[in-house]
Amino acid sequence: MKFFVYMMEFIIFPGFLFTATVGLLASWVDRKVTARIQYRMGPPWYQGFADIVKLLGKETLLPSGASKHFFLFAPLLGLAGVTLVSSFLWIANIDGNKSFVGDIVVALYLLTLPAISLILAGFASNNPVASIGSSREIKLVLSYELPFILAIVVPIIKSGGSISINGILSNQAANGMTASSLSGFIALLVGILCMQAKLGLVPFDISEAETELTGGPIIDYSGAPLAVFKLTKAMLLFTVPVFLIVVFMGGIAVSGISILWSTLKYVMLLVIIILIRNTNPRLRIDQALRFFWGPVTGLAVVAVVLALFGL
Amino acid sequence: MSLKVKALKKSLWVFHLSTASCNNCDIEILDLLTPRHDVERFGIVLVGSIKHADVLLVTGIVNKKCKPIVKKLYDQMPKPGFVVAVGTCSAGRGMFENTYMVDEHEPLDKVIPVDAYIPGCPPKPEAIIDGIVKLLKK
Repeated sequence: MKFFVYMMEFIIFPGFLFTATVGLLASWVDRKVTARIQYRMGPPWYQGFADIVKLLGKETLLPSGASKHFFLFAPLLGLAGVTLVSSFLWIANIDGNKSFVGDIVVALYLLTLPAISLILAGFASNNPVASIGSSREIKLVLSYELPFILAIVVPIIKSGGSISINGILSNQAANGMTASSLSGFIALLVGILCMQAKLGLVPFDISEAETELTGGPIIDYSGAPLAVFKLTKAMLLFTVPVFLIVVFMGGIAVSGISILWSTLKYVMLLVIIILIRNTNPRLRIDQALRFFWGPVTGLAVVAVVLALFGL
Repeated sequence: MSLKVKALKKSLWVFHLSTASCNNCDIEILDLLTPRHDVERFGIVLVGSIKHADVLLVTGIVNKKCKPIVKKLYDQMPKPGFVVAVGTCSAGRGMFENTYMVDEHEPLDKVIPVDAYIPGCPPKPEAIIDGIVKLLKK
């Protein structure tokens, strides 16, 4: 019975179906707002769903010389990772007792899985362009993980060294959200910049680079595996902002009128993402590395030091 | 109509192949993505890889050098997929019909099956949208 409940949680409510639906809607919001910024009409609301269903109905081609198992396994890895993170965050939000010690560390690890699946996919497809994309993705992961983890250290210090989502949430419930303090606010800024890179959006879409690498690691994918990659990306567009909300902005309430306030927090982060995406050109990989290891890591260190002094 | 076909009609991803065209058609195709014509409202986007595409959009005459490439790209396109010939050159080769660089009696539709022809030199963006609508109705 317990197993059944867990499966339900993983597949339907906070897990796969729920995240996928909201994520695809969020990807529509992204495309629509982008279109409006460019003075266009933009696609209809069901565009994300139509894309996924269409891709599922298409032929899957295996490139010659590709590593077959890794080629087909890589997209599932990313999807499993993002589904698990989403389930974790929501279950801990709804029922604090189900949160366990160290689940924020697990969530951090799992959030890296989509990037790793992209890297695997690129190297498995035996395509020079995909390999370049993968190597850029590796460098990008190396560059943004350092400031991202430093930024997550801030709320952990704030909540007295608690490394469970529940600990961080209950501390925020008692003392106000992390982002309301100076160190928390700086850490949130760092987190937003790293989120942009984690989602692989402009200015950090270096690995996919539509105009030069034409899709990068996923260039040789077609049909269902490509659909899984697109779905993973849409789900990340929902999950990573929710992660930041949980860690920095007091979590998501699922009862009564505060649902609106929670939705507002998410929409605010989404709009910030879209605005950054539409007002910036793509960086080169060395510029991105210098940006993340230089000023952004510096900011994150400042935030950690401030947090240690209790600011 | 099955769900698959419905979804396909709502989200056509286009790969643009220019086989030695004079770039007039290409510019008209780019016009489709601008605010005035904006084909993204029908879910049509340009993609960079033929493996992601549903529509192979060919502009320009298919000459001797381009023929094997066109064939290869058509084979690489995941089916179900369509081929649209934009411009007089790719539809019927226009004034280049009897020149030395094209194989005689081998226009584009002898090399690969073509689903829609959009004539014009270059066709207006409205004409291209009309052609796509006709293709979707088929």
